[in-house]
Amino acid sequence: MKPAGKFKIGLFIPCYIDQFYPQVGIATLELLRKLDQDVHYPLKQTCCGQPLANSGAEDDAKEVYKNFVRNFSEFDYVVTPSGSCAYHVKEHYDILEQSEDVVKVRRCTYELCEFIADVLKVDDLKINYPHRVGVHQSCHGLRGLKLGNPSELISASYSKVISLLEKADGIELIKLDREDECCGFGGTFSIFEPAVSARMGRDRVDDHLRNNAEVITATDMSCLMHMEGIIKRNNKNIKVVHIAEILNSNSL
Amino acid sequence: MTSHSERAAAFLKDPDRVSWHDETLWIVRKKRDRAAASVKEWENLREKASKLKEYVLSDLAGLLTEFERNATLNGAVVHWAADADEFNRVVLEIIKSKNARNIVKSKSMLTEECGLNHFLQDHGVDIVDTDLGERIIQFRNEPPSHIVLPAIHLKKEDIGELFHLKLGTDRGATDPQYLTRAARVHLREKFLNAHVALTGVNFAIAENGTVVVCTNEGNADMGVHSAPVQIHCMGIEKIIPKMEHLAVFTRLLARNATGQPVTTYTSHYRTPKENGELHIIIVDNGRTERLASIDYRDALKCIRCGACMNTCPVYRRSGGHSYGFTIPGPIGTILAPHSVPGKILYKDLPAASSLCMSCSNVCPVKIGIHEQIYKLRQELIRKGYGSFVKRAILKISGFVFAKPVLYDISGKMVRIALKIVPRFLIYSRVNTWGLERELPAVPTQSFKEWYRQNGSN
Ligand code: SF4
Repeated sequence: MKPAGKFKIGLFIPCYIDQFYPQVGIATLELLRKLDQDVHYPLKQTCCGQPLANSGAEDDAKEVYKNFVRNFSEFDYVVTPSGSCAYHVKEHYDILEQSEDVVKVRRCTYELCEFIADVLKVDDLKINYPHRVGVHQSCHGLRGLKLGNPSELISASYSKVISLLEKADGIELIKLDREDECCGFGGTFSIFEPAVSARMGRDRVDDHLRNNAEVITATDMSCLMHMEGIIKRNNKNIKVVHIAEILNSNSL
Repeated sequence: MTSHSERAAAFLKDPDRVSWHDETLWIVRKKRDRAAASVKEWENLREKASKLKEYVLSDLAGLLTEFERNATLNGAVVHWAADADEFNRVVLEIIKSKNARNIVKSKSMLTEECGLNHFLQDHGVDIVDTDLGERIIQFRNEPPSHIVLPAIHLKKEDIGELFHLKLGTDRGATDPQYLTRAARVHLREKFLNAHVALTGVNFAIAENGTVVVCTNEGNADMGVHSAPVQIHCMGIEKIIPKMEHLAVFTRLLARNATGQPVTTYTSHYRTPKENGELHIIIVDNGRTERLASIDYRDALKCIRCGACMNTCPVYRRSGGHSYGFTIPGPIGTILAPHSVPGKILYKDLPAASSLCMSCSNVCPVKIGIHEQIYKLRQELIRKGYGSFVKRAILKISGFVFAKPVLYDISGKMVRIALKIVPRFLIYSRVNTWGLERELPAVPTQSFKEWYRQNGSN
């Protein structure tokens, strides 16, 4: 299936992916280019401001927001391998003066899967991924961006993430006991409430282990970084892979 | 005073108990899901309930006066209390005027909020909680750990031990039926000797002056039917306009709270018994101030179903007492900081959330709980309440992220530092991340560095 168009895309790579998981950024870039997109990575980008704002320092984050808008207002779309950052831009940039640029950036910022499904309207990425995969539905993507229907709402079942994955060759998507419980990362929550956060993370990893997953994937590397930290500390036999890397496991 | 995170860490020291607590409440959440799914217009019902509550908050004064007028016509005596202190005194005066000594009380979070039990006990009045869970924690001299399931932090073994001490049941008994029966016998005697029965109020209907009380044990009725004097205590926000609106809420309440289609008893109290007295006390205690606050007024829509606790991954793993406030969990987190007008209290609670938003999704009256937590965090930092170190870190990172060059340098420095600094420094006590988690492995290149070399089209 051909993408619905060719767009000029600004690639936003969240700070922790930039610093610790460059391969996720590379996979996102490669995938979008395979999908015939005109992708640029503005070099003056930093962060979406979420870590500050979620800790209560929204006022200090304003300058960071402005830097984001400055970097991305020239693009048709801003695409990012993070549901949480995309949600933050859309939801919380409301405290900026709503200039044309701000409105545009908020409207045109997309999480990667959502962009592929809703804008490019591609539903089969010809992925080959012969593994047992558990999808951790990161909260801000699920409940914020509505990438799927959260288990609390009595509504029709869908998931933009799982629809992209289930067509992959060889993949086995495992069912979790708790389909969308939070992993306990929560940004600074992981630092201010370390005991609860770690326990939530262990429970989340255990759910995947109990159900025989080899790989935990998610739309957010931050959740995966937290779970990876727990997996390594407890020497568990499971690994984390960002959704972009799985979606890029193809030869389009 | 300890903070939520310290109390939570203490609760988490017993991992098996935490698993049990978490799983028990998760089962309640699943029951709720099934009950909600059985009503095909569930989401519409939530919307309707939310809108009704918004209407109520927009005309609270009008509805309350209408209620007072109708309740008075029914023969009830309506009292108003501005705060907890006045509320407690009104209750005491009614009790004294009747020379009453034995009081039975069914579940009421408002009386917990106002500290009524202790106040009455200090004045020599014997007040007995008749809800089983409430009686258990009253025996233990503890606050409730959940608003619907007040003794959910206790296992049946704990209760067996407690009843052995207090009610003389067999040592080591854990059979719930045996223990419940013993409590029932004990409470029966209290009902029979009661002079005054107190209840909370779930809904007060403006158009006919009725108060509605929902219980599963029938203990509100037992009290009201046996004592000559009945007192119903309500916060000003419990009002609903008309009888026809009641079903919107009763359809939501029990399903969302415990997964039952309806509470076993939904009692309507309208007129006093023959030769009896019916008092209704309407309490403000800070609610008017909240009503005036754009950011936090929606919390007044709460119908105390407890579902936000059952779904909260933090609550389930930290226990109700870790919040240190009468109402724990997500709703407690947004009520506590502004629970006393003119002050900011419980400043640790807004941090006790991963902002997963599950609470807002289960809330039957659609309170944006997570949005209020977010706003509280902003308010705390704005008013200078973040700890000094935390604020300094936030300020520095605000500065660094706003300036691309500084961000590049500092990012690189962190990566280099993580590589060369010895492990024991990285995993020291200052690094709370490292207490139970490894840090990510450090790549040789950041994405930005890679892009500069390889990224062009
Ligand atoms: S905030 Fe909503 S979910 Fe929580 S107790 Fe109140 S009504 Fe129930």
